[in-house]
Amino acid sequence: LNGRGFVVWELFAICEVLERLRGAFRSGVTLPVHFRLTQLEAMMSLFEDNETQIIEAMHEDLAKPKFEAVLSEIEIVVNDICYAISNLQSWMQPTYVATNLATKLDDCFVRREPLGVVLIIGAWNYPLHLILLPLIGAIAAGNCAILKPSEISRATEKLLAELIPKYLSQECYAVIRGGAEETKTLLENRFDHIFYTGSQSVARCILLAAAVHLTPVTLELGGKCPCLIYGRLDMKAAAKRLVWAKFFNAGQSCVAPDYVLCTAETRDALLPFIKETLESFYGSDPQQSPDLGRIVTDRHWDRLLELLKKSEGKIVIGGESDKKTKYIAPTVVVDVMESDALMQEEIFGPILPILTIKSLDEAIYFVNEREKPLALYAFSDESQVVNTVLERTCSGGFCSNDGIVHMSLPGLPFGGVGASGMGNYHGRWGFETFSHKRGCMMRSWLLERVNVLRYPPYNESNLSWLRWATTAKKKGWAGCSVM
Amino acid sequence: MEKQVVDGLREVFQSGRSRPLQYRKQQLGALHRLITEHQEDIEQALKQDLNRNTYNTSLFELISIENDIKLAESEMADWAAPRPVKKNLNSALDDVYIKPEPLGVVLIIGTWNYPWAMILQPLVGAIAAGNAAVLKPSELSEHSARLMKELLPLYLDKEMYQVVTGGVPETQELLRQRFDHIFYTGSSAVGKLVMEAAARHLTPVTLELGGKSPCYVDKNCDIAVACRRITWGKFANCGQTCIAPDYILCEPSIQDRIVEEIQKTLLEFYQTDPKSSPDYCRIINTRHFDRVLALMNECTIALGGESDRSQCYIAPTVLKDVLPHFKIMQEEIFGPLLPIVTVNGLSEAIQFINAREKPLALYVFSSDKTVIKRMLAETSSGGVTVNDVLMHYTVDTLPFGGVGNSGMGRYHGKHTFDQLSHHRACLIKSFAMEGLNDARYPPLTAARLRKAKFFMQHRLCSCSGICVWAVIANLLAIGLKDNVP
Repeated sequence: LNGRGFVVWELFAICEVLERLRGAFRSGVTLPVHFRLTQLEAMMSLFEDNETQIIEAMHEDLAKPKFEAVLSEIEIVVNDICYAISNLQSWMQPTYVATNLATKLDDCFVRREPLGVVLIIGAWNYPLHLILLPLIGAIAAGNCAILKPSEISRATEKLLAELIPKYLSQECYAVIRGGAEETKTLLENRFDHIFYTGSQSVARCILLAAAVHLTPVTLELGGKCPCLIYGRLDMKAAAKRLVWAKFFNAGQSCVAPDYVLCTAETRDALLPFIKETLESFYGSDPQQSPDLGRIVTDRHWDRLLELLKKSEGKIVIGGESDKKTKYIAPTVVVDVMESDALMQEEIFGPILPILTIKSLDEAIYFVNEREKPLALYAFSDESQVVNTVLERTCSGGFCSNDGIVHMSLPGLPFGGVGASGMGNYHGRWGFETFSHKRGCMMRSWLLERVNVLRYPPYNESNLSWLRWATTAKKKGWAGCSVM
Repeated sequence: MEKQVVDGLREVFQSGRSRPLQYRKQQLGALHRLITEHQEDIEQALKQDLNRNTYNTSLFELISIENDIKLAESEMADWAAPRPVKKNLNSALDDVYIKPEPLGVVLIIGTWNYPWAMILQPLVGAIAAGNAAVLKPSELSEHSARLMKELLPLYLDKEMYQVVTGGVPETQELLRQRFDHIFYTGSSAVGKLVMEAAARHLTPVTLELGGKSPCYVDKNCDIAVACRRITWGKFANCGQTCIAPDYILCEPSIQDRIVEEIQKTLLEFYQTDPKSSPDYCRIINTRHFDRVLALMNECTIALGGESDRSQCYIAPTVLKDVLPHFKIMQEEIFGPLLPIVTVNGLSEAIQFINAREKPLALYVFSSDKTVIKRMLAETSSGGVTVNDVLMHYTVDTLPFGGVGNSGMGRYHGKHTFDQLSHHRACLIKSFAMEGLNDARYPPLTAARLRKAKFFMQHRLCSCSGICVWAVIANLLAIGLKDNVP
């Protein structure tokens, strides 16, 4: 064991593991649909057999309430597994594409092929979900995979290291444990795709490491997700949804509404409903509620308290904290300026700053001055307001009149843009992310005489024929018999 | 200066000028006019750059660009429209769709072998997707670069699309700026540098790189036809095509026949003296000429081999009995040398291919379906054409791009539009149906949890009666509201 308590042999074992997985991939064992389905079904069993242990690990790492653990770590993953199992056969089929006249007699299709050995790096805030949801896509697409869970969520890391080899093929999938040093070593190796969830600064290092081998990457990063509340609205419902989305997992979600932009009137009307909702969710003393999470580490707790201390805003709700239990009460801060400490970094905690603006234009301008966020929320009963915000801003994903839930829909791709990331996954998108789309054309041996048009010696009339044949397309040419 | 260019473009982009489809169509129309009105100038520039024949220019560059423009003009409304997706019970009454949006300012770095297509085809997609763009044509095809810099501002909105010319220092300066996407066509070595530069700003990239595209000729095939097609694809543009068949793999028994057929075809295409044929190009410059010529060193010349440095001319050359360790098999040839490597059957050919980096294209000639099936199933490459070469490039419904060392990302037709757009996931909800939401709010009860799980499922949604489910969802929600404490 090294000083940090990690098994050192794992460092040297990385090369061995990689070799084993490469060998397995080269043997073609992951190609048949039957193999992939078996692995996905095994993943399902992993969840079914170990629900209690999973909930316990979540609780140990983040004091995650059972409710949240079930919804955001178990259900969402199990749903995606089912989705993949029921659709895999059709996803794997080659898709035939339309051809032009010159290629009418040929078969043109796109094959989805596995990339090889992929690396999936997880994060600590949803430690199971953020590593296993990408794995579904990787398995479905026929790859082998190395999982590198976050060392900060130790109980989950330990659980994964124990359960994955027990349920999934040890030839094809492996869990590597360790911290920053081990991850750095891991990244020196060559992968066929790297999937990373985490912070922007680490993402840059990952991209640099990937550039050495020309490895494609998917980056699921963060940022400050703005929540614009404007115009006519159902205050009570808005407050409930906002509070739920913000304080879920004690604010430690990459798509949590980071801050609110609204007029002073809206703020004043909203605050009592926020108070009321917090009480109905967590009771009069949230610290006693079994349904509120805690901050993941002392370091993060310190960081959040520091932000609160430095902030020049006014705390109108909450503000209490307890270092021993890493507890911070659901807190709302008003009169927050652009320059405030709370506005300089992604909060990632149960602190909600409310900034006041005088017009929708001002709010949109504010949002556009900043980096593109992972999610953007607009609360309003007026569809005009929602549309304006949608049209004039940019973000990874967008949800109106609710928070977070857009990521539970398997039909929607989940990912960032600009500083909030690149690439996406969930549902079929995960399968596509981990596949290579190979364009294939099967030419006929016949009609070599037509090919003559393209051969030298070149002449003008051949060119006009070719021009016509390559531009003429599907609709309306179905019956053409020139060929 | 480069920073000013990019900042200026970003400001104009943010003003929203390129959002309306009408504007994008206008720009595409202007680009089309540029090509048709200046076709002769373009042909002249390419003749000076590569000794490219005028018909070759149209065939290999202009037709593809024009097709892409016409396609984008007619399909743009469809491409840019919101794309609805599958819902679950929870979202039965919501609007759920993917909204394609422009990324911002895109950098397109071109290359010298098809200087117009390699820059303008990506540009068509960039414009269609609503982006602003900086074009950096290759300085090696200097006449084309100069012409592009002169013509583009005469036709396109110069505040949204700009050409920056220059060499390595200018490119490096450009790469220091922040773009919303970088589209690079060129070598793997420089591809790594581009990706490294992009990493600093977390910029996504599309890399269209190269590699050695293998061409397997099975003994069961029409060798004469196969060789005609291979000869065409290999020696067009003097072998300087990223998807040219780089080398041939075949069984020893058919090697001589292949050489014979290629010889016949070369005679037909370029006559007895390719040097004087108006249809045969030249190597781009003396540096590449020297590089390509040196690759012939250890090899046995079966056909051709002549060269003339003053003209950067290398004759169409076929090399036989080439061994895997020869220098010619260590790098992408990118010239008119066609090595033949003999293998004992399909399995060995597949092994040979898989021992190397994944190529941009792979070719297999066979009348035997099982051979083709195995080749496709057991190898990987950017794209494939079976029983011909290059042609998968011409079908714009096929995504064109590499994998592994040959690149990442894809384009052509709608794929360019998609590659240069952000696919924003949108969920439009109303405040209604709050009863449904109750299931997910704390405090936790067993009943709440059961209901929350039920509504999250989408397995039940695969039947088409979404309305039925919506009604049921409504009823359940009303029931829920009454039950929940």
